[in-house]
Amino acid sequence: MTAPIPFVPLPARAPPRAASGLLAWVRRHLFGSPGNALTTLALAGLAAYALPPALRWLVGSAVWHPDYAACRALDHAGACWGFVAEKWRLILFGRYPFAEQWRPLAATAIVVAALVVTAIPACWRRWLGGVWVLALASFFVLMSGGILGLARVDTGLWGGLPLTVLLTLVGMGASIPIGILLALARRSELPLLRALATLYIELVRGVPLITVLFTASFVFPLLLPQGMRVDVLTRIALGIVLFQAAYMAEVVRGGLQALPKGQYEAAAALGLSWWRTQQKVILPQALTLVIPGFVNSLLSTFMDTSLVTVVSMYDLTGALRLALGDAQWRSFFLEGYLFIALIYFACCFAMSRYSHWLEHRLNRWTRR
Amino acid sequence: MPESDPIIRLAGVNKWFGHFHVLKDIDLEVARGERIVIAGPSGSGKSTLIRCINRLEEHQEGTIVVDGVTLTDDVKAIEKIRREVGMVFQQFNLFPHLTVLENLLLAPHWVLGLPRAEAEERALQQLTRVHIAEQAHKYPGQISGGQQQRVAIARAMCMRPRVMLFDEPTSALDPEMVKEVLDVMIELAGGGMTMLVVTHEMGFAKSVADRVVFMDQGQIVEQAPPEEFFAHARHERSRAFLSKILG
Repeated sequence: MTAPIPFVPLPARAPPRAASGLLAWVRRHLFGSPGNALTTLALAGLAAYALPPALRWLVGSAVWHPDYAACRALDHAGACWGFVAEKWRLILFGRYPFAEQWRPLAATAIVVAALVVTAIPACWRRWLGGVWVLALASFFVLMSGGILGLARVDTGLWGGLPLTVLLTLVGMGASIPIGILLALARRSELPLLRALATLYIELVRGVPLITVLFTASFVFPLLLPQGMRVDVLTRIALGIVLFQAAYMAEVVRGGLQALPKGQYEAAAALGLSWWRTQQKVILPQALTLVIPGFVNSLLSTFMDTSLVTVVSMYDLTGALRLALGDAQWRSFFLEGYLFIALIYFACCFAMSRYSHWLEHRLNRWTRR
Repeated sequence: MPESDPIIRLAGVNKWFGHFHVLKDIDLEVARGERIVIAGPSGSGKSTLIRCINRLEEHQEGTIVVDGVTLTDDVKAIEKIRREVGMVFQQFNLFPHLTVLENLLLAPHWVLGLPRAEAEERALQQLTRVHIAEQAHKYPGQISGGQQQRVAIARAMCMRPRVMLFDEPTSALDPEMVKEVLDVMIELAGGGMTMLVVTHEMGFAKSVADRVVFMDQGQIVEQAPPEEFFAHARHERSRAFLSKILG
């Protein structure tokens, strides 16, 4: 027998140069095909046509200081940011007493700081729970006062950005755990539990949020025993939580169903109990899978909070409407809406980018 | 209970999937330390049979006794049996979000209540045993199929089971990786582990098994020591099967 031929692997080479670089990218992505090139040209033309006048209105001819006469004289040929300059505190803090508005500012800053800390994976430790207890406690102390020499401010006067942030935070924070339990119940092997969870989810999903808010605000107090009062903000928050939980449940269920049966079987074969299996094996995987769904809900909760104006609470959008109640400035609503749109966009974009990054990071185990 | 008693005893076991009668009057006794290979065409009920032993499937008639504990609806009895019976799956079923080491720690820590350090020591011992200790901190997605299956065996062994069930452990592997998994199983058999192996690897059956159980259409057709089964199968159905897979 002759000696076998030895196997010598070829050395790995770098990819061809033509595939990278700016010019190659432009040629490939902007002018890759006739249709592609046409679209690029059409969009460039549209931008050239529309951008200069838009910029002129937004910046060039705009009035920046709260000068009503100047804004009138401009007659909408440029933006009147003077309206925002005049009313920004009303828009951001609603009807909260003017002299005390440092309190909602500080309260919101504390909660946002806690959110930022929570977003950093290195901070995912046990003490984070303590951080949140502290942050929420100081939020409520600062907002409602009544102790530490702070004047008492009724929750009915809370408004603007702090209200939006609070409702979103409570709405998400409480509806996720409830949603997880509902999703598990809906997939349970116990028929009664499953039926109850399904009934709840389908009922709530069949009702618009605005109805829930009306019920929480006007109907719910009638059902309470005589003399018992629940704060309007608590009722509204509860309504949002119970509403969101139904949607969360379906988001989580999507994740649960995406997991192969083998994961449950492997956990069972090792003797793990049902709760341990959920806690250690199923939920960590399922919840990572549904981060896009969570963020969808987060963003829609953030913006749905503007519906609370129908029950006389003034979140960011509602507070803007309060500001527009001033007859003198009423015609500059466009500037006002652009201002809060910017705030909404900045928050949503940040959350969206963060979730994208988080998803990538938590999914590192799926990358080879 | 006396060591001479069978560790697993199935008597008159029947099971249906809907109207489909998947297990018919199964009687089977497994002695301590015995190595059994269950063979048969696909759909013959082999996997279902071993999955009934740790209650991944529920049988509807008959009795199954594992190490003196009778399988019923009682969750405590089921959990006790699952602690004593390890299982290895065709698709490995490792937990992809946990590292290899964490996969092994999970059950000893949360089921047996071992302190983390002790569970870790046990895990590393098992990983060394399947020759894969250097991969302890990788995620399952980062290692080969053969390595994943060896991790799955180590994970089951971390519970120090008295019985190991193997459900086609090499069927999802690339041909080059089959041997490394079989070698680990052979080492396990050499250590005296009671094993029930559903497999098409007749070489493994010949060299390791004490007994081959041949199934078709939900029933045990015949059982015999491998040398007898491969050379002189008594049933027509067994001979037809052997002639197909041995060529």
